[in-house]
Amino acid sequence: MKVLIPSALRSYTELGEAEASGATLAAVLADLDRTYPGIRFRMIDEQDRIRRHIRIFINGEQVRDLSQPLDATDEVIIMQALSGG
Amino acid sequence: MARKIRKPAVRKQGASSGARPQRRMVVLVATRKGAWLYHGDAARKTWRADGPHFLGHVISQVALDPRDGRTLLAAAKTGHLGPTIFRSTDLGRTWKEAAQPPAFAKAPDGQTGRAVDHTFWLTPSRAMDRDVWYAGTSPQGLFRSGDGGVTWEPFSSINDDPQFRKWMGTVQDGTPDGPKLHSIIVDPRDSRHFYFAMSGGGVHESVDGGRTWALLLKGLDVVEGFDKAQPSFHDPHCIRICPSNPDRLYQQSHCGIYRLDRPSDTWERIGKNMPERVGDIGFPMVVHPRDADTAWVFPMNGTTVWPRTSPEGKPAVYATRNAGKTWQRLDAGLPAKEAWWTVKRQAMTADASDPVGLYFGTTSGDLWMSRDEGRRWACIARHLPEIYSVEAAEL
Repeated sequence: MKVLIPSALRSYTELGEAEASGATLAAVLADLDRTYPGIRFRMIDEQDRIRRHIRIFINGEQVRDLSQPLDATDEVIIMQALSGG
Repeated sequence: MARKIRKPAVRKQGASSGARPQRRMVVLVATRKGAWLYHGDAARKTWRADGPHFLGHVISQVALDPRDGRTLLAAAKTGHLGPTIFRSTDLGRTWKEAAQPPAFAKAPDGQTGRAVDHTFWLTPSRAMDRDVWYAGTSPQGLFRSGDGGVTWEPFSSINDDPQFRKWMGTVQDGTPDGPKLHSIIVDPRDSRHFYFAMSGGGVHESVDGGRTWALLLKGLDVVEGFDKAQPSFHDPHCIRICPSNPDRLYQQSHCGIYRLDRPSDTWERIGKNMPERVGDIGFPMVVHPRDADTAWVFPMNGTTVWPRTSPEGKPAVYATRNAGKTWQRLDAGLPAKEAWWTVKRQAMTADASDPVGLYFGTTSGDLWMSRDEGRRWACIARHLPEIYSVEAAEL
């Protein structure tokens, strides 16, 4: 499925869009990390929590649970939330 | 496992002319918005800037591996992204991300685990312990790498030890940008002998390779009204071991300047000999590479609401040449007044030249150096972001 990548993470992907697959958000992020090693830990901490200034949307709805099921046609958008100066 | 960063180096200042010097100085500057390397000539008179590296990243420290003179580690995070460690084996021409940066163990189901916010402190182990590094994090955690910084694992059991966790407190108990584990010191004579400090959480020593730890708090003051016996109330800012006498340590804490001569376990408050109007509060502690009686501090205003500026807006380094019995003000070349900056705990250092060169970076982004052990100061870079760390090494 299509995953939109924020500018802060394009040093990994180079492009603003990446392809990844998986039946859950956790699986998609793991697949993304296989292609772009290190990218997951910049978004998800060691306790599997989405980091404070990262937001993830699926088909326009914000998701906070990595176990969220996904379909192959879903669109995942990763965003960088506001973070101070 | 990790990515490479293609980063064109920016060279801004003219390189020194003439024959190539036999030995060059490099000063590693970590800031709130990136890192810079300043390459100096053998005389330490001209400097060439290489940077910014990682523009926009919060860089807590850049450290050179003294065992190969080429490998750099940079502790990084950004406002949005989690922490990592970048590694270069060619003095910063190319960087590669650590395959496994410092991270706490995953907590058992039903328990709330901790997450590393940033790696704060990097210490290479002894000369013969090739590729071994230690890292201190915020919140307080202790980590080790045995492969030159590519992969990191929790070191000893303190990260999850209930007693240590109590002493570490919560994020709210720590310094403004998070509680920190710092001042990791490996005894150059014995790789099983360690010290480290926590802000807050006190000073700790192990003589068995990190299996067990003992407190080193005797003689240290805490903020008035608090219990000195509680490690949580101790806030060591920076501890350094003397290379010429590893039985001597100096400490700048939240509550004074101290010296410890082993095997004694009682710190002596040598800051009481500082001028009263200046006080003995500050962040950094710097020791002489060859003379254990000589050390330098950078006092700040620690009165009332803790402005953490130079006292009276008049910045100065203070030096002792007799292990803390007396102190000498060293401010020639520094602003005489209206300079309201200070120097953070990792942002002041010494080289090993003779006479010793001293370097410090300010919270307002200026980099200062002295070629004569502090007698005269000159600014070698201005208008950088807030400087977090300064290190110097000969190449």
